[in-house]
Amino acid sequence: MTSQPSSKVDTVALFVTCLVDLFRPSIGFAAVKLLEDAGCQVVVPPGQTCCGQPAYNSGDRESAMAIAQGTILALEAHPAIVVPSGSCAGMLKRHYPELLADDMNWGPRARSLADRVFELTQYLAARGLRIDAQVAARATYHDSCSSLREMQVKEAPRDLISQVRELSLAEMAETEACCGFGGTFCVKFPDVSDAMAQRKVDCIRATGADLLLAGDLGCLLNLAGKLKRAGSTIAVRHVAEVLAGMTAQPAIGESGTGDSRMGDSGVGGK
Amino acid sequence: MTVLHDSNAFKANAATALHDASLQEALAIAREHSIPTRARAIERLPEFERLRNSGRDLKNHVIAHLDQYLLQFEQSVVARGGHVHWCPDAGSARARVLEICRSVDARTVTKGKSMIGEEIGINAFLEANGIEPIETDLGEYIIQLRRETPSHIIGPALHVTQAQVEETFRKSHDGLDPARNLDDPAALMAEARAHLREGFLKADVGITGANFLIADEGASVIVTNEGNGDLTQTLPRIHIVLASIEKVVPDMHDAMTLLRLLPRSGTGQELAVYVTFSAGPRRAADLDGPGEYHVILLDNGRSAYLGTEFEEMLRCIRCGACLDHCPVYHSVGGHAYGWVYSGPIGSLLNPALNGIENAKPLPHASTLCGRCESVCPMRIPIPKMLRHWREREFAGAIAPMPERRLIRLWAFFARRPWLYRLAARLAARGLHLLARGQGRLKSAPFAAGWTRHRDLPAPQGRTFQEQWRARS
Amino acid sequence: MLAGIRAGMARQADRRRGAPPPAKPIPVIPARATAPGIDVVDLFHRQVLEAKATLEVVASRSDVPAAVARYLTARNAPAQIRLAPDRRIADLPWANAPLLETATGRSHGMDATSVTPAVAAVAETGTLVLQSSAETPTTLHFLPDHHVVVIGRDQIVGTYEQALARIVRDADGGLPRTINFVTGPSRSGDIGKVLLMGAHGPKHLHVILVDEAL
Repeated sequence: MTSQPSSKVDTVALFVTCLVDLFRPSIGFAAVKLLEDAGCQVVVPPGQTCCGQPAYNSGDRESAMAIAQGTILALEAHPAIVVPSGSCAGMLKRHYPELLADDMNWGPRARSLADRVFELTQYLAARGLRIDAQVAARATYHDSCSSLREMQVKEAPRDLISQVRELSLAEMAETEACCGFGGTFCVKFPDVSDAMAQRKVDCIRATGADLLLAGDLGCLLNLAGKLKRAGSTIAVRHVAEVLAGMTAQPAIGESGTGDSRMGDSGVGGK
Repeated sequence: MTVLHDSNAFKANAATALHDASLQEALAIAREHSIPTRARAIERLPEFERLRNSGRDLKNHVIAHLDQYLLQFEQSVVARGGHVHWCPDAGSARARVLEICRSVDARTVTKGKSMIGEEIGINAFLEANGIEPIETDLGEYIIQLRRETPSHIIGPALHVTQAQVEETFRKSHDGLDPARNLDDPAALMAEARAHLREGFLKADVGITGANFLIADEGASVIVTNEGNGDLTQTLPRIHIVLASIEKVVPDMHDAMTLLRLLPRSGTGQELAVYVTFSAGPRRAADLDGPGEYHVILLDNGRSAYLGTEFEEMLRCIRCGACLDHCPVYHSVGGHAYGWVYSGPIGSLLNPALNGIENAKPLPHASTLCGRCESVCPMRIPIPKMLRHWREREFAGAIAPMPERRLIRLWAFFARRPWLYRLAARLAARGLHLLARGQGRLKSAPFAAGWTRHRDLPAPQGRTFQEQWRARS
Repeated sequence: MLAGIRAGMARQADRRRGAPPPAKPIPVIPARATAPGIDVVDLFHRQVLEAKATLEVVASRSDVPAAVARYLTARNAPAQIRLAPDRRIADLPWANAPLLETATGRSHGMDATSVTPAVAAVAETGTLVLQSSAETPTTLHFLPDHHVVVIGRDQIVGTYEQALARIVRDADGGLPRTINFVTGPSRSGDIGKVLLMGAHGPKHLHVILVDEAL
């Protein structure tokens, strides 16, 4: 099970994830702000790239192991590693120890790292962070499969979201169903992936929400792409952006300077 | 719907399935029914998670002592006057069944539901040899008439709508009055019941599957709701049990553990209506029951996975929960998988039993969302083993070459942080520019699979690492 | 074939690297039927109804024939019944219900109603435990449309395991040829996921619970 983050830990390493680094750095900055609000000093170890899931899930175990070793090397000096993605956190926490289990040197290092890996909302909730943000919206939250089943994150994002002023949370049906992203799955089996995304989008729309939140950028890119293709006005954001009150950037897949419906003027924050 | 017997054609099969309106209707009904039904059953049994551990540990114990329990099973069956036939493959199993049928000049054989029967293709074989097999499970009967294969482990006719059942009966049942009203499920079931009663009473041999084999008692166990399995095995002169080697458990108490897991996981019932333990032929003073009892013990490639990274799939008790909770299965149904087993467990079993070269796409046809593992009563780590199949394909160069090259190229960058940062910067800028301020791309030749159905949200322009460095 | 399986066992041993093979787990028995203060008769009654069977309690053995007659009349079922040749059933005072026509023995598919005893009844899931024998042919459990099972109060146990213990206690020379766990009437959901009773086995399962030993 997940070890509890110590309230004495002041330095945390942020594992940005390759998708956030490339597509949406604002999530990374929102995560930094939230961690600082929680009393942490944030470092971003420079040796990090990607957690290695594309190789691991494609069956390229050799590359996955090499990337895992590089990531462990980059992160292991730090007392806590926080990841704004359940999927990448799950890779570090659940899969690195398994990948490297038979290695006398790397096995113990992978297990030691795994004990200190946290998904962002899980870490923030465990530190008891009080959210000070205001976003006028009716939101719904999508659980990523890895957050839910590999990281056992379910209540933490909801507890934090419930503290955002003027924001209401409407739960969608079938919260445990996958959105159809699945990494390379969505390009290998585009039609099947689309059918899955369509069912998820139907559930999202049925809530009447004007804001879709999730903790994993992979799912968010998939669902934003699907919603925007259909001409939906539902704004799509990573939960960290809303918790940090940093909604000045346009929502995912949108142009312009922020979403007027989300009350940029009312953004709180410390 | 055409039956497609090719797992390698998964993609084409899936495309057909996605456009099959009546299949999609049937899948939606099944999905909305099965998930909450299972959830309610599990909520009512606080010990369920502990039972799952117990079931897993039990099967692990059996798998580690398989030779011993199979031998014990054989001894116990023989002691009760029954026969055990060790069959290494489908061909030898079929031949044994035929031999037994011929020993009594059998003309009609009734069949209870058996996935092993499907696996070895027993019906077609018996037919070709002049023996009429009659499926008696309602779902199996429907697909037998339609000349289809099962699309679900426990609901073989899950893909067939009520209207299609009516059409099928009208076409196949000679003497059925065209004026007779069959437009509700109860009327359809009454029609099948009456029709199949004749079959039960005239059959020479009854063939059933087995949910478990009990080593110390020499008994086989079937779990059903209709009672067809019991009529199948009680009325004819000979009862043949088709079972694969991993079905054995040490004793009756172990069967109880699995019984508390199987129906709850499969149909959301506290217990199936009929659980029947059968040991040997009828006893001297018995008034009914079969005169002979035979067990076909099938390996068919399973033992090759003992002591390998795939061993845990042998824990499967065929409840179907992984199918019921799989988003891919929900989208395409069972026939797309191209062989007897479908859904997540099918994506493990079909490559294992039929050869990975005959089921290449199946291990990839999953988002690895893990919902299957989360509901599996035997806690089989299905995503982990799907990944193992992908590893075998990658290592054995079965995976397509361009894909291998692409992954290796990407990994080359991912292992070199400075190079990776540079490449990420370029990609972020390039994609950002391509979007021309629209925030997203409507089409992208390099990601055609993505943009066929969705827009590609564009990067914000500069990478996080780049901006972070500039800030500090 | 055994050689192939044994080769697998050898691979397993290699993978375990000297660790012992996994041991058999301790069974988990649900508390619902074993916790202190549980009334198994009441639990059985509730579970039987949930399984879509029906149940009537009668005070004594001599009330059973009239109860069977009432049950058949209420369902418009024929008055002919096929009795298990077991003394607990055959020796009931059937003369108390003069309109019933009784016969004993196995069924060949012509009987609308059978009346049989049970070895035990399990409260855990409302399950009747039946067995084959010279006095209790299995065909009576599956061929008729109505299956009436007569049990005594003392036959109700909490769990499957307790029911098995009763079978073992009564058996000489191991288990009978067939043991049937029956939980409600036959059903199927194979047509459009609509649950319907009476697929192949009995359409109705009726339990008569006698408030004394049989």
